[in-house]
Amino acid sequence: MNRQNFHTGFYRKELLAGPYLVWAAGFIVIPLLLIVYYGLTDRAGAFTLDNIKSILAPEHAKSLWLALALSFASTAICLVLAYPLAMILRKRGVGKGSFIVFLFILPMWMNFLLRTLAWQTLLEKNGVINGILSLLHLPPQSLINTSGAIILGMVYNFLPFMVLPVYNVLCKIDDDTINAARDLGANFTQTLLRIWIPLSVPGIISGITMVFVPALTTFVISNLLGGSKILLIGNVIEQEFTRGSNWHLGAGLSLVLMAFILASMALIAKYDKNGEGSAF
Amino acid sequence: MARFKHFFRQAWQNAYLALMVMFLYAPIGTMMVLSFNASKSRTQWGGFTLRWYTQMFASRNIVAALQNTLLIAFLSALIATAIGLAASIAINGMKTAPKAILIGVTNIPMLNADIVTGISLMLAFIAFGISLGFQTLLIAHITFNIPYVILSIMPKLKQTNRSAYEAAMDLGAGPVYAFFKIVFPDILPGVLSGFLLAFTMSLDDFIITHFTKGAGINTLSTLIYSEVRRGIRPSMYALSTVIFVTVLLLLIASNFAPRKKEKV
Repeated sequence: MNRQNFHTGFYRKELLAGPYLVWAAGFIVIPLLLIVYYGLTDRAGAFTLDNIKSILAPEHAKSLWLALALSFASTAICLVLAYPLAMILRKRGVGKGSFIVFLFILPMWMNFLLRTLAWQTLLEKNGVINGILSLLHLPPQSLINTSGAIILGMVYNFLPFMVLPVYNVLCKIDDDTINAARDLGANFTQTLLRIWIPLSVPGIISGITMVFVPALTTFVISNLLGGSKILLIGNVIEQEFTRGSNWHLGAGLSLVLMAFILASMALIAKYDKNGEGSAF
Repeated sequence: MARFKHFFRQAWQNAYLALMVMFLYAPIGTMMVLSFNASKSRTQWGGFTLRWYTQMFASRNIVAALQNTLLIAFLSALIATAIGLAASIAINGMKTAPKAILIGVTNIPMLNADIVTGISLMLAFIAFGISLGFQTLLIAHITFNIPYVILSIMPKLKQTNRSAYEAAMDLGAGPVYAFFKIVFPDILPGVLSGFLLAFTMSLDDFIITHFTKGAGINTLSTLIYSEVRRGIRPSMYALSTVIFVTVLLLLIASNFAPRKKEKV
């Protein structure tokens, strides 16, 4: 190939990025800058930090704290449930196409709202679980509109997002590595702590962020399973935009939320450099 | 002793798997059973009925929302695949620095929280003077779909053999002809899976749709949300059963269909 030919080919290739560049500038970068603009100005358009400082107001601080607590709890539960599951799946599943692995990924493709509706049906005051309890002549429990119900909803909705990256990473561990550790006399706990977990860190981190970020920012689960009394930071922001219509305050709170998202992105960049733990 | 231990471990693992399957499917199963329940109560069986299914298909709102959902999913996946394919080819040929910047920008909608993406797009549409409706939904869905397409195509593109492409050019093929004859067949599986991923992401989205839809238009997700908040309707159970069975059949078809063995 001669040099000139190479250059024209090269420039033509670069041009192919054109539509995407325009699109990304218009619908990814500018929208984010608009959030920053709204978050740092008041209704008159003057610069202010009040929108961000309002996170310290008791009702906002409480909702952020609650969102952090519930999403930490549900992430931890997801990890504890998913890790042994991924280990068993690795042992049982013959490749990615196996039916048993498919079984655990299928619910992920079911509509998110319908999955949450399912738990509402089970937990309600006149719901299925209380119906079963009354059949057994046991007193009805108030299950819905509690923090526990929200955590359950989060775990149920986001569990596959933890199982998948952990499973993908575990599948890459060579059986010989594990057998070698066994041959050298390591027991199960030692193999787990020294072989399994260190080798699956990229998947664990990826799974944690894939559960933590949507759990921290949700307003749907808390709305449907937490009732109107439990407000998470996502509910506060959603209400500012759809009902309260103080967009500046909503954007300011979104900026605070983004600080947490950026922190988890940094975590991914540090521990999962090659994208080994990505779920898709 | 060792055999006993092995048996015990196997039993424990089976129990764990069964428990997790129950946890994942019991709620969905409950909805499917209730969708055939003649009584509106969640605790009493009033006999078998298909009333909720006929009610669902007779509802203009549900049918309109279904049409919107499918149309937006198809169009957004198609346009995102076209833009994403072009972008992947360009990114693949780029130098390190612009490549890193573009991939960083591409990661934003995937890693950012949906609520922030939704709000930011809503603010942008209002700033650009685009009225909220079908068009903004389509733009929003294309925006969050492009990264999934790029993510599916890039790894395949990295695996392609550059020498074959150059050889074709040396033999007199133009770059476009050489691309479609040599490179495209190799990356086709990535293009297709990108399209399918984009399609399903669009079908499933609620949060971004919620902020960018405007009044008077619904997708299935937003319709379900408003219906559920008004009090559960048995027709929603019927809808979930239909969606679940459809998804199940589609996934079985795509996962277990006999396919050619991949070339080594």
